[in-house]
Amino acid sequence: MNICIGGAAGDGIETMAGILEKILQRSWFSVFSMRDFMSRIRGGHNFAQIRFEAGPVTAHTDALDVLIVYDQRSVDEHLKRLKPDGLLLCDPDLGVSDPRLLPVPVKKLAKEAGSARTIGVVCIGVLMKLYGLPLATAEAVLRETLAPKILEINLAAVQKGYASTELTRKLPIPEAKETMLVTGAEAMSMGALAGGLQFYSAYPMSPSTTLLNFFTAHAEEFKLVVEQAEDEIAAVNMALGASYAGARAMTGTSGGGFSLMVEGLGLAGIAELPIVIVDVQRPGPATGLPTRTEQSDLLFMCFASQGEFPRMVIAVRDHADAFYQTARALQLAKKYQIPVLVLSDQYLSDSAATIAPPDIRQAAHSVKPLAPEESAEGDYLRYAVTESGVSPLRVPGRSEGLVRSDSDEHTEEGVINESAAVRVQMVDKRSRKLDGLKAELLEPSYTGAENPQTLLVGFGSTSGAIAEAVTLLHEQGVSVGALSFGDVYPLPQNKLLQYWKQAKAVYSVEQNATAQLAKLIRMETNLSCTDSVLKYDGRQLSVDDILKGLAAFGIGKEVRQ
Amino acid sequence: MTQSIYHSTETAWCPGCGNYDIVNTLVQVLDELQLPPHEVLLVGGIGQAAKLNQYVNANGFSGLHGRALPAAVAAKMVNQALTVIVNTGDGDSYGEGGNHFLHNIRRNVDITHFVHDNQIYGLTKGQTSPTSDACSADRKGACNLNKPFKPLLVALAAGATFAARTFSGNREHMAKTMKAAIRHKGYALVDILQPCVSFNKVNTFGYYKEHTYELEADYDPTNLQAALLRSMEYGPKIPIGIFYQVEAPTFHRQRPEIFDGVPMIDKMVPEEQLRALMRKFA
Repeated sequence: MNICIGGAAGDGIETMAGILEKILQRSWFSVFSMRDFMSRIRGGHNFAQIRFEAGPVTAHTDALDVLIVYDQRSVDEHLKRLKPDGLLLCDPDLGVSDPRLLPVPVKKLAKEAGSARTIGVVCIGVLMKLYGLPLATAEAVLRETLAPKILEINLAAVQKGYASTELTRKLPIPEAKETMLVTGAEAMSMGALAGGLQFYSAYPMSPSTTLLNFFTAHAEEFKLVVEQAEDEIAAVNMALGASYAGARAMTGTSGGGFSLMVEGLGLAGIAELPIVIVDVQRPGPATGLPTRTEQSDLLFMCFASQGEFPRMVIAVRDHADAFYQTARALQLAKKYQIPVLVLSDQYLSDSAATIAPPDIRQAAHSVKPLAPEESAEGDYLRYAVTESGVSPLRVPGRSEGLVRSDSDEHTEEGVINESAAVRVQMVDKRSRKLDGLKAELLEPSYTGAENPQTLLVGFGSTSGAIAEAVTLLHEQGVSVGALSFGDVYPLPQNKLLQYWKQAKAVYSVEQNATAQLAKLIRMETNLSCTDSVLKYDGRQLSVDDILKGLAAFGIGKEVRQ
Repeated sequence: MTQSIYHSTETAWCPGCGNYDIVNTLVQVLDELQLPPHEVLLVGGIGQAAKLNQYVNANGFSGLHGRALPAAVAAKMVNQALTVIVNTGDGDSYGEGGNHFLHNIRRNVDITHFVHDNQIYGLTKGQTSPTSDACSADRKGACNLNKPFKPLLVALAAGATFAARTFSGNREHMAKTMKAAIRHKGYALVDILQPCVSFNKVNTFGYYKEHTYELEADYDPTNLQAALLRSMEYGPKIPIGIFYQVEAPTFHRQRPEIFDGVPMIDKMVPEEQLRALMRKFA
């Protein structure tokens, strides 16, 4: 089932979608709910799209079962996506003539309930009846969500909507299961807490600001230092200072802010300071499309900064992954004393999904610590040359050993040094850390046939849509499989080489214009993808887009679900 | 004089550089304050002044050009037991790091900021600094066609709780000022006039010696209006001393709910509390 709610900024779409998602979660459905907002506070066109099924759902699709609209623009934008047997809900005053229009005077009912602002809740009442869901579930969620002074009129509104129609389209009743309904940003933030976060600094930038807001809201509860920096340069340098002084530190931004952080990234590299930097991608360059989505920072994240140093890039694939990988990123940063860059995007960060409650302990201990290399004897050497390349890391002030960190090349003591031998020794030491890291990379997830003729490769948030496309193609009898990369740099290669050998053709599926993953694979393995399915209009690749793109290459059929 | 535990090592500074007086005085002050070296963190950006921490036996963080302050305040935020002192130049503090200078004054984190102000770029060999004197008929080369930056005036406007100027050639005054700055609870700025023997042929040791004078004994450093006026006085006569000092809540004091006595670096996220938060999404 796929419901779209469209209107202008300020119409209350966000609130209505939030209430509806919660009702569906409480009714044991799996929910995937995305947001499409313009960069403005009032007016324009915004929509939320909520997909829910008895079974798992990990991506949005285009075809709509129900379209709820507040204005003509939403009709114009979305009516073409409504299925032939779909339902349209809107006020009759809009004057839409369509056989799929459900004749419910939603505005009149809202006014009767006490406020025209309750149209959305009237519509929720209609949906409760339609899907045979108990009205009490909606009432309970309204009680939890709304302020007391507006509760009564909203309860009246949902009841009026419920009583307004006798039409029903009963759905299979899902199995009861414990879930959390979280946005990608919320999952990532709680994953950071599971990973032991102590310090978060950031400058507000869409679509990463939700992280800053979350940590700010919970700073007191979890005793975090959360500091809104004067710019992203300060944000990253603060995180590095906090890390140097012994805290688990993270900063988050989008591509433009990350551009400002790049020198700090290099400092983390040479000074070997553990840090996690989250990039919630939006389309660039420069200001680009501030509230929309893209996966076009991949190569930038892999190669940003002058000089050479080990780093790790993890692209989070879904909401549960956002939780676990953010916790893991903090641990890996500390273990190898490297910057770990976590790639998310607007689509994943702002969309909400039901996930099984993550295992906090598993997240907090997902990385096996290194055996200590420090002996109790002798002076402390911050950059002691070790076999693993990882030097013992002490907290300044906690022992008599002095901790010295430098952005200049330095000796084992951390003293600036320009000798050729020291330079080579230190570059090699830092590079050796990659050996350990590479040995514990997570291979991409695989879904599909055992020996597929067609192999798809993707990374990050397109993972759910790619997996669903593979399932649909499989039903069409197409021999296909897909690898979805989470750890993406250094590039894990075992599964890639294994499946590549068997496949006749390999397509990358990416939310960018230049096939950056295909380029990275070519660079790292000398293997070239046959072609790519690409989307770069700021709107996330749907299952339908992937099927359409592959059909153009003669693989499977484009299908309407 | 006995060898200090903060002994300084061979430096990369030019012979006769004002930095020698600064580092020697700082070592003397740290000795007098009886701070153990491992509880002192010296932070620098990039430049000749920023190298100071390389030559002192304490914790050291040599970060990026212009970015010493963000790193320094964050280190102090999470590890309050450290005495955090930034030593860096006028270009680093007021030029590249101008935005951080403004906003870290506002944060009032309990750190000390010594700006080695030689009114010129030394390490890059003689370019104009924000604090270089204005150009005039007899002043060309490394001088400001733009308005010279007034660090103390800007600091006071941004809400500094401690703003002072001293001169590296007046070691007694410098020691006294440094000590007061380190003891101050909150952000303390000391603009330290110092000669650059290689590139600034105007603002020399002799020049500063001739033009600087100490604020009067009865000067009231708690009077902001007076401080603002005196901070604009910069010409044939250059006042040195503590222009302004008041007590105000520090960054930590403003947030008692977070800084509750347990150092941030020792804090753990309580698993049960995280579970409770996660249940809110059920």
